[in-house]
Amino acid sequence: MSDVYVVGIDMIKFGRFPEKTVPQLGAKAALMALDDADLAIQDMQALYCGNLGQASAMVGQRILQEIGQTGICVVNCANACATGATAFREAWMSIKAGVYDVVLAVGVEQMGKGLLGGAGGAKGISKEGLLGSSTMPAVFAEAGMEHTRQHGTTFEQFAKVSVKNHHHSTLNPKAMYQIETPLETVMNAEMISYPNTKLMCSVNVDGAAAAVLVSEKKAKELGMQRAVRVKASVLTSDPYTNRDLVMPDVNAVTRRAAKEAYEMASLGPEDIDLVELHDCFATAEILHYENLGLCKDGEAGRLIDEGEVALGGRVPVNVSGGLLSKGHPLGATGIANIYEVSTHLRAEAEKRQVEGAKIGMTHVIGLGSACGIHILEKVV
Amino acid sequence: MSESEQAAKGPLPVVSWLKGIDTDDPFLEGHKCGACGAVFLGEREVCSSCGTRNQMNAVRLPNKGRLYSYSIVHRSFPGVEVPYISAIVDLDDGGTVKGNLINIEPDPANISFDMPVEVVFGDALGRKDRDGNSYIAYFFQPAT
Repeated sequence: MSDVYVVGIDMIKFGRFPEKTVPQLGAKAALMALDDADLAIQDMQALYCGNLGQASAMVGQRILQEIGQTGICVVNCANACATGATAFREAWMSIKAGVYDVVLAVGVEQMGKGLLGGAGGAKGISKEGLLGSSTMPAVFAEAGMEHTRQHGTTFEQFAKVSVKNHHHSTLNPKAMYQIETPLETVMNAEMISYPNTKLMCSVNVDGAAAAVLVSEKKAKELGMQRAVRVKASVLTSDPYTNRDLVMPDVNAVTRRAAKEAYEMASLGPEDIDLVELHDCFATAEILHYENLGLCKDGEAGRLIDEGEVALGGRVPVNVSGGLLSKGHPLGATGIANIYEVSTHLRAEAEKRQVEGAKIGMTHVIGLGSACGIHILEKVV
Repeated sequence: MSESEQAAKGPLPVVSWLKGIDTDDPFLEGHKCGACGAVFLGEREVCSSCGTRNQMNAVRLPNKGRLYSYSIVHRSFPGVEVPYISAIVDLDDGGTVKGNLINIEPDPANISFDMPVEVVFGDALGRKDRDGNSYIAYFFQPAT
């Protein structure tokens, strides 16, 4: 089977664009990725599109209606917050299968403001605040408190994740925010769901990201200079664990995906130079240091305390600013984090560049649950 | 059905697996896999832990358990009274349930992992559906 390469990738600056439509945002990112690859829409053999909010509204086709109706295969994907990674992986798989040599993957989302989750069903009465909480801040707070129970992780340690990622975002012009948030500011921000304050919740923004994926044959033809090799592409669903159906187990689904990804890439955690992981809430990031094998179980608190996961540390995590500060447009996130890692592997990340980065990892979680992991490698 | 007719019928259970309201003996019902012992809330025919079919048996879940994890919710949807404690409780003999932990100050200093709790039943905070039906819900409180 052919290796798969990313030869063009980009994202729009995340923000709020109520005057634009979802296809318009996706189209903009698609054109940017095509330009980055120095290719045209006529060169694309298929489009894999990820969007959640309009999952039944043919967003991929409507993107082509904006930028070129070439009649190619279009697949629309929805997989909660793993939507973008799923679209990317479908594109990767089509090349792996030998069906296509050049395909486009787009992730796009337009978000409202406010709390996600907890809407409940139409039948009966609302269960929110009656049978606990189903809002995302509470669900991920409960997951974080499980780590507190097991390892004594503190509110302050969770808050430090947010300090770090907001700091990183000051170096990323495409992030929604570029604002420093000192520890006391994070801890004293409005409490949403203890231990997650408002500054420890990801930002609802509009965004889009796109990538051009090609076969080895095509990559050699186009030139490998800025190509990024996809060393592993993995998607898992939540395996049965005792509490998963009541308290979504984001750990088991991630650990399974990480194990598969390292095996597929013939690499280990020690080989990873940077990670973009799913910091939908500050509590979540702490869990994933251990789930992805960046440290042993119980060491995540030390990792954040000692700066090992900050830019300049042993394994920088979320140097883009992460979902906490770059923003989290659900369907775009999984491709935007591949853009971030690719930019470092291409040594084009400027002020936030992880020096000498050769191998990077991306990770997303779609609650319900899906986990997407990609391992990317510098080619030249 | 008019509101008065429903009132005569009495309140409804907030979830299908809250049983025994009619006989004034409310309890939570689980379904336990005869093959692997996994406990689920709500009826099902196949076990998602081991895949065994048609060995699900209804079991009365105990009213005692321990706090596994929690969050103190300060921001919720409009009309929901805050703060409150969203609690994950492991019931004795298996089964995990999420619910409000009540009759305790919503302050992390007062809450400890594995603290014993009991299941209590009562009106669903005055909430009614569009037909005017009232509901019985379950809550957790520190064990007495």
